[in-house]
Amino acid sequence: MSPRTVPASPDPSAPPIPVGLERWQLLELYRFLRLTRTLEERLTALYRQSKVIGGLFRSLGQEGESVASAYALERGRNKDMLSPLIRNLGSMLVMGAQPVEILRQYMAKADSPTHGRELNVHFNDLEKGYLGQISHLGDMVPVMAGIALTFKMRGERRVGLVYIGDGGTSTGAFHEGLNFAAVQRLPLVVIGEYNGYAYSTPPEKQFAVKDLAEKAKGYGVPAVTVDGNDVLAVYAATKHAADRARQGKGVHFIEVKTFRRKGHAEHDDQHYVSKEEIERWATTNDPIDRFVATLLDFGWAEPAELSRVDQQVKDEVDQATDACADEPLPSPETALPGVYADPPAAERLWYRSVSDA
Amino acid sequence: MPEITFLEALRQGLWEEMERDERVFILGEDVGAYGGAFKVTEGFQKRFGEARVIDTPIAEAAIVGAAAGAAHMGMRPVAEMQFIDFISCAYDMLTNYVATARYRAGLSTPMVVRGPCGGYVRGGPFHSQNPEAAFLHTPGLKIVYPATVRDAKGLIKSAIRDEDPVLYLEHKWLYRRIKEQVAEGEEILTPIGQARVAREGKHLSVITYGATVWKSLEAAAQLEKEDGLSVEVIDLRSLLPMDDAAIMTTVKKTSKVLIVHEDTRTGGVAGEIAARINEQAFEWLDGPIMRVTAHDVPIPYAPTLEDFVLPQTEDIVTAARWLANY
Repeated sequence: MSPRTVPASPDPSAPPIPVGLERWQLLELYRFLRLTRTLEERLTALYRQSKVIGGLFRSLGQEGESVASAYALERGRNKDMLSPLIRNLGSMLVMGAQPVEILRQYMAKADSPTHGRELNVHFNDLEKGYLGQISHLGDMVPVMAGIALTFKMRGERRVGLVYIGDGGTSTGAFHEGLNFAAVQRLPLVVIGEYNGYAYSTPPEKQFAVKDLAEKAKGYGVPAVTVDGNDVLAVYAATKHAADRARQGKGVHFIEVKTFRRKGHAEHDDQHYVSKEEIERWATTNDPIDRFVATLLDFGWAEPAELSRVDQQVKDEVDQATDACADEPLPSPETALPGVYADPPAAERLWYRSVSDA
Repeated sequence: MPEITFLEALRQGLWEEMERDERVFILGEDVGAYGGAFKVTEGFQKRFGEARVIDTPIAEAAIVGAAAGAAHMGMRPVAEMQFIDFISCAYDMLTNYVATARYRAGLSTPMVVRGPCGGYVRGGPFHSQNPEAAFLHTPGLKIVYPATVRDAKGLIKSAIRDEDPVLYLEHKWLYRRIKEQVAEGEEILTPIGQARVAREGKHLSVITYGATVWKSLEAAAQLEKEDGLSVEVIDLRSLLPMDDAAIMTTVKKTSKVLIVHEDTRTGGVAGEIAARINEQAFEWLDGPIMRVTAHDVPIPYAPTLEDFVLPQTEDIVTAARWLANY
């Protein structure tokens, strides 16, 4: 989507679009939201067919904050950089990760970005601007602080963004990293995702403050709490934080309140959450439904345009699936190289070299 | 030729690399204005500025994590642990994040984590540790442990230039105790992964590293004088990767092996060396592979206790005599 392919507003009486966005950008935001959900639905189908080898982690109900926050960054070759968590597929797609890469990762294909070595969204493309997480929550905060430190040292006007879940804010690494970034006044935006559950543990068993923002304030970091399912609000807050960071004003923390409508992973039946609560969020506070309503109510998009996007996204995910579903897994020998630059490969063990004769 | 200390050699190596390559920077606790707890980086901030010599909060996970992020972006960070005992606070970051980065995600992480290690200095349980065994078990890390002035300089320079993360362990007992002549401006680059024959011998091999290289040399001199024994001393210098070829060469030469390290015994590096010799040179042995190590206790403070717990020259002499007579 680009300014050229999207005409001016179809409704001349539509109110102006806020926070400097243009109509084509609203449609692009919608495309990323729809792509995230459609791709995850496809992954669910592949999981049920046992083609997804490991766990499957859904961001259902919180796609809005992932997409909107990433969309507020400067994107393109060697621009801003973010580090996504397991439920930030949307942010990776915004930065330029391809659906076929995600599908290959989940299915452990030889041609996946990590050649079958790592799971799901744990991969990176530093030029496009995303650095995959490891499973140890909090660790990416110091690492992204180091990336932001590099931007600062080199005088580059680039910004880092890192996500942390409500449960992840209990880790030492989160606190060490946030404090280090605050002291160094690094160009870093931290998105604290309050989605109600860390695996099965609710926030009241995770911390004694009400809002994650309070934790950030304790480090002298300006912090706001926004409605995480309001796409434009998250975009506006992140844009403000990123602009501020780019001007050398240091770290900014944005707490996004949202809700995880699926279990920790696909195997988790979520019995610890009331069905009514899930239903309430699904029917009254879905980030994509809300965004669609905004677009249509204000006359910023027409239903037919959105349907076209839906169809394009479905075709794109179909094509990506067809392209990789039958690809081979990596050959066993490829497990050995690449632990170090030098030596280039680990040694094959002797009993794997002894002939049967 | 000027005679310099181990500490000065390390300092020179760091300084030269900072001068040579603007991507190199230092971060750690009290490394800037104060110049480091042992003054390794004294004068660095004045010369290279606050941006390249960064005083950090007391937060080892943040120090190592930030170094990793910077290394991904093409920088060459050198992270100081004020005492290497505190590296355990960054264990997760080093073993899970840093060590796996190249393998799991194709990320380049050229960085050095260095710090003063070791005992014999009345430092007590938390300022005397040798952490190498905890990291030897981690594919993706390299570990170097210099014993000489030349290697203190040569290994820090090689570590900084290496494409992979390197732990550089510097024994504080050696800092100002040993001196060597080093020509000014001489480029010393000790190759990582290569051991050194510290003393030639033919009756028995002592395989060691760090401060116990000196204690082993002392023992070897005594054994030659008192027993007429010719003891070969191998200074490993690098623990990961380990120089198997050098180890097997000395085993085949003397057929008797004593492994000496200052670290505690169980799960220590000596066990790994013994296993390798067993697998690769079993038929060359004329006696059991024996170990001289610290006792399996935390390192105590009182001189009487510390001296008892840590391996001493006399222990090496006693063990070598026993093995020679086997």
